[in-house]
Amino acid sequence: MSQDSVNGGSMNEEAKAAAARRPGAAGPGGGPGRFMMGRPAEKSMDFRGSSRRLLGLLRPERALLSTVLALAVIGVGCSVAGPRILGHATDLIFAGVIGRRLPASSTLAQALASLRAHGQGGVADVIAGAGHVVPGQGIDFGAVGRVLLLVAAVYAIAGAAGIVQGRLLNRALQRALYRLREDVEAKLSRLPLSYFDRQPRGEVLSRVTNDIDNVGQTLQQTLSQMLTSLLTIVGVLALMFSISWLLALIALVSIPASAFVAAKVGKRAQPQFVRQWKTTGKLNAHIEEMYTGHTLVKVFGRQQEAAETFREHNEELYRSASHAQFVSGLIQPLMMLIGNLNYVLVAVVGGLRVATGALSIGDVQAFIQYSRQFTQPLTTVASMSNLLQSGVASAERVFELLDATEQDAGPQEPARLPEVRGRVAFEHVSFRYDPDKPLIEDLSLTAEPGHSIAIVGPTGAGKTTLVNLLMRFYDPTGGRITLDGVDIARMDREDLRARTGMVLQDTWLFGGTIAENIAYGRAGATREEVVAAARAAHVDHFVRLLPDGYDTVIDDEGGNVSAGEKQLITIARAFLAEPVILILDEATSSVDTRTEVLIQRAMARLRSGRTAFVIAHRLSTIRDADTILVMENGAIVEQGGHDELLAAGGAYAKLYASQFAQAVAEVD
Amino acid sequence: MLIRLLRTHLRPYRKPIATLVLLQLLATLAQLYLPTLNADIIDNGVIKGDTGYILDLGGVMIGVTVAQVACQIGAVWFGARTAMALGRDVRAAVFDRVQTFSTREVGRFGAPSLITRTTNDVQQVQMLVVMSFTLMVTAPIMCVGGIILALNQDVPLSGLLVVIVPVLGVVVGLIIRRLRPVFRSMQVRIDAVNRVLREQITGIRVIRAFVKDAHEQERFAGANQRLKEAGRSAGSLMAMMFPLVMLVVNLSTVAVMWFGAHRIDSGGMQIGALTAFITYLMQILMSVMMATFMFMMVPRAEVCAERIEEVLGTRTSVVPPTEGVRELRTRGHLELRGVDFHYPGAEASVLRGVDLVARPGETTAVIGSTGSGKTTLLGLIPRLADATGGQVLVNGVDVREVDPEALARAVGLVPQRPYLFSGTIASNLRYGNPEATDEELWHALEVAQARDFVERMPEGLQAPIAQGGSNVSGGQRQRLAIARTLVRRPEIYLFDDTFSALDYTTDARLRAALARETADATVVIVAQRVSTIRDADRIVVLDEGRVVGTGTHHELMETNQTYREIVLSQLTEEEAA
Repeated sequence: MSQDSVNGGSMNEEAKAAAARRPGAAGPGGGPGRFMMGRPAEKSMDFRGSSRRLLGLLRPERALLSTVLALAVIGVGCSVAGPRILGHATDLIFAGVIGRRLPASSTLAQALASLRAHGQGGVADVIAGAGHVVPGQGIDFGAVGRVLLLVAAVYAIAGAAGIVQGRLLNRALQRALYRLREDVEAKLSRLPLSYFDRQPRGEVLSRVTNDIDNVGQTLQQTLSQMLTSLLTIVGVLALMFSISWLLALIALVSIPASAFVAAKVGKRAQPQFVRQWKTTGKLNAHIEEMYTGHTLVKVFGRQQEAAETFREHNEELYRSASHAQFVSGLIQPLMMLIGNLNYVLVAVVGGLRVATGALSIGDVQAFIQYSRQFTQPLTTVASMSNLLQSGVASAERVFELLDATEQDAGPQEPARLPEVRGRVAFEHVSFRYDPDKPLIEDLSLTAEPGHSIAIVGPTGAGKTTLVNLLMRFYDPTGGRITLDGVDIARMDREDLRARTGMVLQDTWLFGGTIAENIAYGRAGATREEVVAAARAAHVDHFVRLLPDGYDTVIDDEGGNVSAGEKQLITIARAFLAEPVILILDEATSSVDTRTEVLIQRAMARLRSGRTAFVIAHRLSTIRDADTILVMENGAIVEQGGHDELLAAGGAYAKLYASQFAQAVAEVD
Repeated sequence: MLIRLLRTHLRPYRKPIATLVLLQLLATLAQLYLPTLNADIIDNGVIKGDTGYILDLGGVMIGVTVAQVACQIGAVWFGARTAMALGRDVRAAVFDRVQTFSTREVGRFGAPSLITRTTNDVQQVQMLVVMSFTLMVTAPIMCVGGIILALNQDVPLSGLLVVIVPVLGVVVGLIIRRLRPVFRSMQVRIDAVNRVLREQITGIRVIRAFVKDAHEQERFAGANQRLKEAGRSAGSLMAMMFPLVMLVVNLSTVAVMWFGAHRIDSGGMQIGALTAFITYLMQILMSVMMATFMFMMVPRAEVCAERIEEVLGTRTSVVPPTEGVRELRTRGHLELRGVDFHYPGAEASVLRGVDLVARPGETTAVIGSTGSGKTTLLGLIPRLADATGGQVLVNGVDVREVDPEALARAVGLVPQRPYLFSGTIASNLRYGNPEATDEELWHALEVAQARDFVERMPEGLQAPIAQGGSNVSGGQRQRLAIARTLVRRPEIYLFDDTFSALDYTTDARLRAALARETADATVVIVAQRVSTIRDADRIVVLDEGRVVGTGTHHELMETNQTYREIVLSQLTEEEAA
């Protein structure tokens, strides 16, 4: 008869409520990109549909979940039954105390009669209600011991069931989360490139990192608690009715009262939270900009303005956050108020019932504890609803990603080229991202095997788009592109790309060693091959200056290698891949010209026998090409050899005159 | 670290904290009083069958409950305000400190790490404070109060506490000790999964081009698997926590019942006292558990506090002068005298004994290979870093003695990597000069060869710019960055390889327009293309941090081997001959 676990309840509630209050439940920091915008949305658009789908993630774990449910029923049943049995021990103790006071010679009936005769009818009623009273006999320790052993056993079962249930549920949950992450990963590789190009990188990143984390955390924190809380409510209610339907009805009132409080507070807290997250977003965005643009803030001497804006947002965040914190913090004391009022009511009414002999004192004690056990899960459910909202909102964002349109799967029976010679032809190719903004219009060109094609033209002429089409990052909206006469749309994307090597202006290296990054170009490359490629791309000499040589770890932000050096590594990577078609898009723009000359020579070797597309601004890069294409506004305005085009006196000649002639003249 | 951080930043809030503690104390006392009232009802009301007494005491109980809740609401109010104020103050302290940092300190931490420290880490510490205000204050009061009241009910029975409390402490302590490393490894693995995903998204073109999807998926599967395993061990431990604690608590109740029954039998205590005692026992155990839960949170917050303190403890290497020179008498005169620069701990110097003079109306060009120190050199002028040897003089005054604002007004640097702030084209252009008129903006755009594409945008100057300028092309971003500096009209223009992202025609046009615009200003250009700099009044050739030649294009072509190599590398021999 631990009649009152006032604190038992409150500790639990507070911890959970605090967890629920945790801002956005965005969880542990650290993850790169975590700070970037994209807090889980505050309000979900389709709460029911999304929560159903979220629970659907657990469907494959049905077998495990039914075991969990069974164990939860056993565990909750036992812990709910415990106080009830303990109540019998109280009764036994009480009976012993009373029994000792009564004269041993009389029977119970006589004793009661004599009490009533002495005007102590109330006491007599209480004794009659207690049962087991044997006049003259003290506490029956044998019986008390047996009851207590039983209680201990019941509690032990509850504990064991609780542990096993928790572990199994966690296992099911971890598997489901694993699958969700796997689904997202698989989805990423099926999404068309336009998906990534069309929305901010941070947005996609935030969905696959912040939101998935949030879903996981929410499920971990709520699922088990919700399950036991709901079962406890049912179990406790059943037991309450078995003891006294009158008291049970009184206790039942606290359900709508709690729901009312939770809803009222929730309704007031919600807009505060929305405001808090909005300001948090604003503040974080400002911090991010000021830190990333730190140099500019300094150079333009704008520290004061930066600090002012910061202070404004920071102050606003303080106001909205402390408001949100306060309003949501009200749930706790208010629920406690309801619980305590209920407690008093039950104590009073129960006391009166005992006094009239309608209930045993043990029953009242048990009941009082139940009413406490009853408000606790109610508070839990109320606090969890907030957390759950944020989790479902995140889940919805993940589902949106999973539902995004995929790129077409490719032909059923892809055309296979046993040996690629490298003849590339664009036949009347058109392309536009936006229906009313043509980027490439009716473009035709042919690259013979082993030839190199240089593409020149002003920024925005469509040079890079050409590469995107050739790599099938995008598909043309008109016309076709063929490789050795086969439409590349009929080929497997992977097959096509495996034969193509690409070096982009935008260097990308993954977190790993320099050797691993170079070896990325060809699976299973030996160290010797890696070093050979590194030599050809002039990576070798600076790698040797680094403390760990080829095993130096670099990442995308790569502090220890400069932009030019990174570009050289990406060139080495392409060297190692030994592709049939080579695409160089401003591949050496960050490399100084003397190094570039050396690379050019290596590339000339690499290019021989390969079809190469070279986009460059530098004359030296272009001039050796077999064919030069001059592009303007998505169309080829001229094509031919360097001398030929120069002689023709067209666009190329003009370009050349404005750019290079002076320099040449100067040197003479 | 955590304690120091909290002590420093909670100091201004001593009053509200004292009020909060007082309110919590009252609420806790009320809560402790309730079981006593209940025992009273049972002993003197229920057992004696005194209905009137039950009702009277019931009224008192309601009164106490209301008072308790009122105190708690007050505590929540002060707690929420103080915790959030602490977060605000620490955030501001970190932000202000970072503002003083030079590029070197920002580079040492890395901008992303600094952002995390200012936002997430502060939030973690703040959450701990919120929790502390609700739990940490209540737990000790509850524990001590519970013990006193338990002793008050029955001293011999209280002896059980000596056994029960340590047992609970050990059980919880053991789980938490195992949990801490598991939590940490789980965090590391979440980060690992996120890193793989991040790389896949940022590197998607390369991954697809090299047909590495399968490889990436394998890499991801490994990270995912490891995270699942960590999640399982953490979850298993967590799953044990609550049932085990409840088991200890429940079994303690059973033990108290047993020994209590003997005490009652021997007439040492009353039945009502037994009930009350159990309640107090419960409160003591729960307060112990609360405290342990808190300690589980502490390690995380500790790490965060350390990271915050690390920022707050870092002093900028570029210290502003206490009394800076505000009035610079001459205009646009720049001089470097024997400037050295090396990073602390590095073996070799980035710059060694660099001398350079630039005057108004002149264009000075700096050329050299990748890693020759060109960018570092420019950064010394607006004091993005300070020279480790020699002097940088602007208008005859050492930059270290110039008032930062005056220096910022005099020097305009266009960095190698153009960065635009989110907002509009106009807001970006006005960044250096908020008072500039629209005409001035258009003029700057025209000079920077950006007028055409801005005009083509439907919103014109009001066209939105995404963070970092990601919604305009690299060349456009570069030109907008140039225009931004033109709007500011500094005395000294520093262009750090600003023209490399432009094609030759645009480059040539821009330089022609720029020459007219900056006719009486001092211009320093870092470049790789010879065509960009060949008209410069003076060309400085840098090689491995040293000046190996200074002169005009013609002079250098004749006398300087390094320069000739650079020029020849950009032309064929035939053309150069």
